Amino acid sequence: MTEPTRQAVMGPDGLEALRQALVRRGRTVVGPTVRDDAIVLAELTSASELPFGWGVEVEAGRYRLRRRSDRMAFAHSAGPQSWKKYLHPERVRQWTADRGPDGTLTVREEVDRPPAYAFLGVRPCDLSAIAVQDRVLVGGPHRDEAYRRRRTGAFLVVVECVEPGATCFCVSMGTGPAVHGGHDLALTEVDDERGHRFWVRAGSEAGAEVLAELPVRPADPTTVARAEEAVTRAAGRMGRTMPPVDLRDLMRDTLEAERWNDVAARCLTCGNCTMVCPTCYCTTTEDVTDLTGEHAERWRRWDVCYDLDFTHMHGGTVRRSGLSRYRQWLTHKIGTWHDQFGSSGCVGCGRCIVWCPVAIDITEEAHALHAEASGRDAEGAGAS
Amino acid sequence: MNVPQPYQVVGRDRETADTVTLTLEPVGDPLPAFRPGQFAMVYAFPRGEVPLSLSGTTPSGTGLTHTVRAVGPVTSALAGLRPGHHVGVRGPFGTPWDLAAARGGDLLLVAGGVGLAPLRPLLLRALDEPRDHRGVALVVGARTPADLLYRDQCDTWAQRAPVAVTVDRPEPGWTGNVGVVTTLLDRVPYQPRNTTAYLCGPEVMMRATARDLVHRGVPASRVFLSLERTMRCGTGHCGQCQLGPLLLCRDGPVVAWDRAEALLAVREL
Amino acid sequence: MTTSAGFLTGLTEPQRGQLLALAETVRFPSGARIFDEGELAERFWIAEEGSVALDVHVPGQSPPIVETLGPGDLVGWSWLFPPYRWHLGARTLSPVTARQFDAAAVRDRCARDPDFGHALTCAVGSVIGRRLRGARARLLDLYGPPRGGGR
Ligand SMILES: Cc1cc2nc3c(=O)[nH]c(=O)nc-3n(C[C@H](O)[C@H](O)[C@H](O)COP(=O)(O)OP(=O)(O)OC[C@H]3O[C@@H](n4cnc5c(N)ncnc54)[C@H](O)[C@@H]3O)c2cc1C
Ligand code: SF4
Ligand code: SF4
Repeated sequence: MTEPTRQAVMGPDGLEALRQALVRRGRTVVGPTVRDDAIVLAELTSASELPFGWGVEVEAGRYRLRRRSDRMAFAHSAGPQSWKKYLHPERVRQWTADRGPDGTLTVREEVDRPPAYAFLGVRPCDLSAIAVQDRVLVGGPHRDEAYRRRRTGAFLVVVECVEPGATCFCVSMGTGPAVHGGHDLALTEVDDERGHRFWVRAGSEAGAEVLAELPVRPADPTTVARAEEAVTRAAGRMGRTMPPVDLRDLMRDTLEAERWNDVAARCLTCGNCTMVCPTCYCTTTEDVTDLTGEHAERWRRWDVCYDLDFTHMHGGTVRRSGLSRYRQWLTHKIGTWHDQFGSSGCVGCGRCIVWCPVAIDITEEAHALHAEASGRDAEGAGAS
Repeated sequence: MNVPQPYQVVGRDRETADTVTLTLEPVGDPLPAFRPGQFAMVYAFPRGEVPLSLSGTTPSGTGLTHTVRAVGPVTSALAGLRPGHHVGVRGPFGTPWDLAAARGGDLLLVAGGVGLAPLRPLLLRALDEPRDHRGVALVVGARTPADLLYRDQCDTWAQRAPVAVTVDRPEPGWTGNVGVVTTLLDRVPYQPRNTTAYLCGPEVMMRATARDLVHRGVPASRVFLSLERTMRCGTGHCGQCQLGPLLLCRDGPVVAWDRAEALLAVREL
Repeated sequence: MTTSAGFLTGLTEPQRGQLLALAETVRFPSGARIFDEGELAERFWIAEEGSVALDVHVPGQSPPIVETLGPGDLVGWSWLFPPYRWHLGARTLSPVTARQFDAAAVRDRCARDPDFGHALTCAVGSVIGRRLRGARARLLDLYGPPRGGGR
């Protein structure tokens, strides 16, 4: 018996072959495509729908598509959506309940049959985001079944990053631009004088099986070297960084910092940052009843920590001020997430920076808090 | 299984004008055993679910009691239930009172208002196992004499352990104490250094009590508080019950003061 | 027993001795009025046994109780500050044993011994502080219906 192929090189036509191999396995293939002036995620009916030759220009509060001079399909940074849209949908029915004529209560768990997904074009940062949500939603003593049903067996095709955006900082968060496992297939895209091609590696048995069906040729050293170089170069071209300190300590020690007033004066508490963030997972519940009152449904929907209704008690809301709500979001993302789930809640994708209507930048805020804390320490040291 | 299990109301006792105690027995299989301090998500069909602490168990061993104060739609619906009615229950969730911490020493239970409910099963367990510790004392504060929970039982408990009760506002005929609960901390016996304290009530009351106890010499790591935040799921997934690094449905509701003090000191955390 | 963190714990051992040297033990039957609002505050007490209610005189009503005091508690502090008049009344709720002090003698001792005076003033001040905190906490109506608080 021969070893199954673990790595190979394929041309751009391999993408449609890949899509078809996944469809043959009963999967719904989702990937990036251009729609409404953005690169969004949608079910792909053909690999030609991938954003070949499209790039994006991003800055804080700004996102624009632009034409590239090459044919690259994955040379764009994160768009407004993330895979949580599929794995942790915005609204899920959790159970239905009926009261019988004799008053007995019957509660039926909602066991939906979501599609078997294949995600084509997952960025390494987003792969980490999926791992973060795994820890939150199915990594503890209780499992979120709706998530588990979608996540179990989802097939992940990761594409390494060779073109980081101006708002990217995956290097600071240790999540990219290279992939470090957790994928079924990993691709690295190269478009040079030798042609447009992908270096493909299998990261799982399922991946190797699919790879065996693709129109590939053996991996050649030049392609591998070019691919690796491109990823290395990407690592050196991050648009943003986080301060090189333990962010969890920084957040814990700056809860009363002046900087929060500054950012609170700008933040609109619109919650966009939570909607676009690939790891934000908070939810609330809705109980709806039909007209007879004998049938009820429990729905769970995304909630936003910027809403005043989030955490209301004692006749009011615990976090009344915008300051406390922005602080909750940031300190949770890069601070207390570690305490709660054993990792950072931020993967450095930059979405929250891009989609903030007033251009608030998570990295800038962290740097400012760090500067304030260091200033305070220096002052303290100077005074003593 | 993460959907509510049907339970039947088999008993309903009115405690005060707005508070009732419900006794529930499972219709089918019972949920795993609840420990004092833990809570259930109780579903009032069709209105919704709320977290309620265990306020007692039943002789059958499978039943649960919850003492519920009607403050809003769901709690009012629950308070209006009658024997025979069904509710849904999920649980047990959260951290229990750490009774082992008190082994060999004194137990001091301090309750404010409905906060006596989650302490009752702890008190009963401690009274049932007198050899595990030196002594048990209970201090209770309420708004008015009419707001005191479990009044008859308090009298019974008082025959087995020191019980001190105080009210904010006396009514004619009240011959007991008047004043805040902290004024009673000197009126019951305990050796602060060997004491484990269990506090449940409004957060302001717990903070004041915890500070007073630590001042008297009770170790901060042995002062336990039952904290409260909004909870939608009970399973650590909704994100609503965060108190800084803690998810109160998982790392709480029972939290030691050495952990809670700094967190409760930050406004709007 | 408890540490009985009562009033006297605010004083050093010798100061406690000096103060107690000025005391005589008195007994009140249940229901006795110890003092009334507006009267000159010429004495004060440290309760040893039984309980004492501080109340307010309201015409046509049995006097509402503001606070109850018990063993170890200081009964009365108006004797230390001008105009030396009680602003509440006090009555026993049970038979009470107490140490009784002559206010003028204690004030005199304070004047002659500033260290003692300071310690005693601090001890009384901390009692007043505690009662103020308690009064404010009750003003919040913590156990009241939501808006005022939850459980
Ligand atoms: C771990 C835990 C244990 C609890 N145990 C008990 C218990 O044993 N007995 C009991 O009666 N209650 C208990 N509670 C409080 C109870 O869950 C809330 O009172 C309940 O969720 C209110 O729901 P509702 O739909 O009736 O009212 P809501 O519509 O949620 O609220 C109605 C009114 O009450 C206010 N309110 C909301 N939440 C709270 C709250 N948590 N406390 C006080 N006021 C609130 C609202 O602001 C509003 O004014 C517990 C809470 C937690 C987190
Ligand atoms: S916090 Fe911002 S940069 Fe970090 S993962 Fe979320 S959206 Fe991306
Ligand atoms: S940081 Fe920006 S995106 Fe987030 S809530 Fe504030 S204004 Fe909205």
